[in-house]
Amino acid sequence: MTMDLGFVRKEFVPSKPAPGRTGGPILWAQKNLFSTPTDTLFTVIGILFLLWAVPPLYNFIIGHAVMPGGTVEDCRVEGAGACWAYIYARFNFFIYGFYPIQEYWRPNIVFVMLAALIIPLLMPTAPFKRINALLFFVVFPVVSFYLLHGGVFGMRYVPTEQWGGLMVTLIISLVGIICSIPLGILLALGRQSKLPIIKTLCVLFIELWRAVPLITVLFMASIMLPLFMPAGTTVDKLLRALVGVTLFSSAYLAETVRGGLQALPRGQFEAGASLGLGYWKRTYFIILPQALKHVIPGIVNNFIALFKDTSLVSIVGIFDLLNTVQSASSDIEWASPTQAVTGYVFAAFVFWIFCFAMSRYSLWMERRLDTGHKR
Amino acid sequence: MSQVSETTVERNIKTSGMQVSKTDVAIDVIGMHKWYSDFHVLRDINLKVMRGERIVIAGPSGSGKSTLIRCINRLEEHQEGQIIVNGTELTADLKRIDDVRREVGMVFQHFNLFPHLTILQNLTLAPIWVRGIPKAEAEATAMHYLERVKIPEQANKFPGQLSGGQQQRVAIARSLCMKPSIMLFDEPTSALDPEMVKEVLEVMISLAEDGMTMICVTHEMGFARQVANRVIFMDQGQIIEQNDPENFFSNPQHERTKLFLSQILH
Repeated sequence: MTMDLGFVRKEFVPSKPAPGRTGGPILWAQKNLFSTPTDTLFTVIGILFLLWAVPPLYNFIIGHAVMPGGTVEDCRVEGAGACWAYIYARFNFFIYGFYPIQEYWRPNIVFVMLAALIIPLLMPTAPFKRINALLFFVVFPVVSFYLLHGGVFGMRYVPTEQWGGLMVTLIISLVGIICSIPLGILLALGRQSKLPIIKTLCVLFIELWRAVPLITVLFMASIMLPLFMPAGTTVDKLLRALVGVTLFSSAYLAETVRGGLQALPRGQFEAGASLGLGYWKRTYFIILPQALKHVIPGIVNNFIALFKDTSLVSIVGIFDLLNTVQSASSDIEWASPTQAVTGYVFAAFVFWIFCFAMSRYSLWMERRLDTGHKR
Repeated sequence: MSQVSETTVERNIKTSGMQVSKTDVAIDVIGMHKWYSDFHVLRDINLKVMRGERIVIAGPSGSGKSTLIRCINRLEEHQEGQIIVNGTELTADLKRIDDVRREVGMVFQHFNLFPHLTILQNLTLAPIWVRGIPKAEAEATAMHYLERVKIPEQANKFPGQLSGGQQQRVAIARSLCMKPSIMLFDEPTSALDPEMVKEVLEVMISLAEDGMTMICVTHEMGFARQVANRVIFMDQGQIIEQNDPENFFSNPQHERTKLFLSQILH
């Protein structure tokens, strides 16, 4: 048996198109749903589950639901679905809480400003980023505060006890998110610091806040704190909740950011240092952009958790969205079998909209920031 | 090693014409020791580098070569002795450290380009933010050095889109944009595919021809023979032997040097 070992290619093999995908819904179903007996079994179970679960859900939400314009009598009918008419009737309460009706234009202006500023800020291609950021982070909070709070320019004073609904949920979560980013980053950097005092302080802060439940923080802020304070001084209840939520969230964020810092190869610090960039420039231009990019999923996770955790402020008597929904559910005027459930479905849906938007935005941002350096 | 020395020897380098200063000291390391906790990594290092000198440091892995050059721009701290760079002694004083780092370029084994910035941004970041040079001028300088390392067409790509050899040439250009008076090379070709070693060595040779003061930690003995005017051999954290390349390679004195050379030149 002789074999010729020598081989010389005479011509290169030209590239040809990849074999076309064999498609069609039937082939797809065969491949994904019925490829083995086990698959077929699970497919059948899945279909049965959907047949069992979907029709009642559909009937509750749409089919037998009482749409806006319906009356409470319709909702009291045996077998009626969700009482959307009730949500519609109490909608303003869910959005503004006990804010005086004739002053609704003030929160409305704030909502419009928020949308007008945050949407271009989140779009990387929108122009005037610097002015936009300045307006959003500096001008907007101040203007919003005076608009909502009143007491200036002849606007009626509205104490924060009357603020409520989605408005308060958004205030707490936006302030919490925006203030906890810089705080969390500084804490993460501090924890990595070589300076022992700074490092110890940051570690203590983070470990303290992470070890305490948010409910405890809120209770402490609203019940304990006034006891320690000199008589006569009061700090606004909403403000105390804001500070509590922000500090709590910044401790979590710090650990997420620290994960990103640790994932960076040492060479990035060294390359920056060898070019003569000092600590802050190195951190700002080289370290943070990469570290934060790595932990976008974790950061957004923190924000989503924060957004949902704002509902805990209800236990210290702040009327956030969930609390308004809950208190409205004992409203005699709309008393019906599905009243409470409808309210909770509505609240869940509103929370879901915001959280899902954050999640999708972060996924899009991750893809956009990917400069393809992964191997 | 051998195939690389052949590739570089082809080029007839004008080393004889390069001026080495007799009086101007670029780097002076005096009685320097360094420990990693209890491990004595560098022992009694004495090294005087004159302006325009090109030094190659060779030695087995773990001999402290990289640590030594990393001490020269204080990426590593030394515990005893003195290191004086361009007349500035390195101490814990951060301002002095930054003064030295501005004047000393460094090229790393793994390039360490900033992956989130384009090539042009990699090159202009430090000139703009450390030297305070206007952006347009920094970009012009950057393009000049990219042309010098022969990849101006890559200016707007990201590092991840370049080959290893191209990335290392960008890293060299990035250092040069700071107009350093001294360049440190820490095994610049060790992480490269064999096909790409030559393009990086050529850039380093042309730098040497321009009279740059260079310290190179490298295993490229062909490069050492051709470009260096002094070869230093280190083992166990000490300088064992140093000589001009001619005598170093043909007439090594120390037993350890002879063993090392016999192992890498075959």
